[in-house]
Amino acid sequence: MDDRTTLRRKLLHYLMGTSVGATLVAIFYPILKFMIPPPTSEATQNSVVAGKVTDLVPNSGKIFKFGNKPGLLIRTASGEFKAFSAVCTHLDCIVQYRPDMKIIWCACHNGQYNLSGQNIAGPPPRPLTQYTVNLRGDDIIVTKG
Amino acid sequence: MSTETLRAWLDERIGLQYLIELARKKDVPLHRHTIWYYFGGMTLFLFVVQVVTGILLLLYYRPSAENAFESVQFIMTDVEFGWLIRSIHSWSANLMIATLMIHMFSAYFLKAYRRPRELTWMSGVLLLGLALAFGFSGYLLPWNKLAFFATKVGTDIAGDLPVIGPFLLRFLRGGDDVTGATLTRFFGFHVAILPALTTFVLALHLLLVQKHGMSVPPSLTSHNLPRMKFFPNFFLRDLIGWILAVGVLAALAALFPWQLGEKADPFAPAPAGIKPEWYFLFMFQTLKLLPGRILFIEGEVIGILAFVIGGIVWLLVPFLDRPEENSRRTRWFTFAGIVLVIYIATMTIVGYLS
Ligand code: FES
Repeated sequence: MDDRTTLRRKLLHYLMGTSVGATLVAIFYPILKFMIPPPTSEATQNSVVAGKVTDLVPNSGKIFKFGNKPGLLIRTASGEFKAFSAVCTHLDCIVQYRPDMKIIWCACHNGQYNLSGQNIAGPPPRPLTQYTVNLRGDDIIVTKG
Repeated sequence: MSTETLRAWLDERIGLQYLIELARKKDVPLHRHTIWYYFGGMTLFLFVVQVVTGILLLLYYRPSAENAFESVQFIMTDVEFGWLIRSIHSWSANLMIATLMIHMFSAYFLKAYRRPRELTWMSGVLLLGLALAFGFSGYLLPWNKLAFFATKVGTDIAGDLPVIGPFLLRFLRGGDDVTGATLTRFFGFHVAILPALTTFVLALHLLLVQKHGMSVPPSLTSHNLPRMKFFPNFFLRDLIGWILAVGVLAALAALFPWQLGEKADPFAPAPAGIKPEWYFLFMFQTLKLLPGRILFIEGEVIGILAFVIGGIVWLLVPFLDRPEENSRRTRWFTFAGIVLVIYIATMTIVGYLS
């Protein structure tokens, strides 16, 4: 084989290789991208009406919807209102208020938080995010931050 | 048409004679470990049960957050024998993973992964991974409380992996949270993607088993072992095992029908006693026992990484334990296997009791 033929062959191999490669990329890139879900728009609202004052007797709690996430509204034994994100910082379960122990409790792995949201026992590594609570008439308004 | 002409007709088109020859040649060595040869076929049989009952369930199941629970309820209460089909599907899944584990550990201890069966072993490990993925994705489909939170926890654990974690979490959940989108996605995995992959890997696994024949444990290779024809002798024995399995399945399904529980509510606190299926329990329990922080890394992350590395080592066992080298190493592998079995068993029991 003379040099020209070798060169031509090399060029053809190169062109074939790159076009096969490019075709594969062109096929699989959209597939891969398709499989990743588009970002869900974070709840833009910064505050919600979590409930009515009359909904909650002292020493009780309830779950409310904060956009598409659950929140936990608590009325302490002394009558004070508090609100947290209800998503356990351990592995994402939803926490609840335990009136008998006066703590916030996660049933999944027995995680416990005190009424400031501080993780006090069990596996949770971080405190719960706390929200601000305001009363407007009979409405309980929960605000982020 | 007489059977003779039919046979000749088929032979000309699909090489029947060749297949008959193949079946005639296959035989099984008989020795004191022969019992372990039954579990591969048993796993395959239970897989077929899964395919058949799964297709039946598909006729009524509706994969959406609004309908899934109700459709399973409908199957259980209104469809004739619906409770039976669903219970068998669930029970058989569990039995299949159990026989798969037995099959795998017997192959491990009898060193059936050695040359030339490295790829047989690796395809087998892949099949284990696929079976676990089937279990995990199928668990969510009834959309009950336990399944909902188990999926939250399971995907959150996957999300803890460094680098690919956040991507994996969103990929699995179909968003940031476990929602109806997750259900639809898991349904797609469970009935389309995983079956397609499994068909491919299983075909490779079975082809390799046919190609290499039954492996003989190293301690017996020097002996002149008696052999039994696979067809029909050993196959008939397999068949007895399968009939027994059908009996066990029917009994389990009738005596302990699989429960449906309560419908999942993304805005309700988690119920107490969230536990994954038993075959994930040992990993789950290990993660629970790790301290929150090891040095400056989260304990959980270290645990998950250890499992990933463990899985890779397990996949590569045939290349790590080579018979050419001194037998010290080989004995070490047997010992490590025993430790692993004891570890899995203890952790599973501890997980159950706690
Ligand atoms: S998810 Fe709450 S303690 Fe584990």
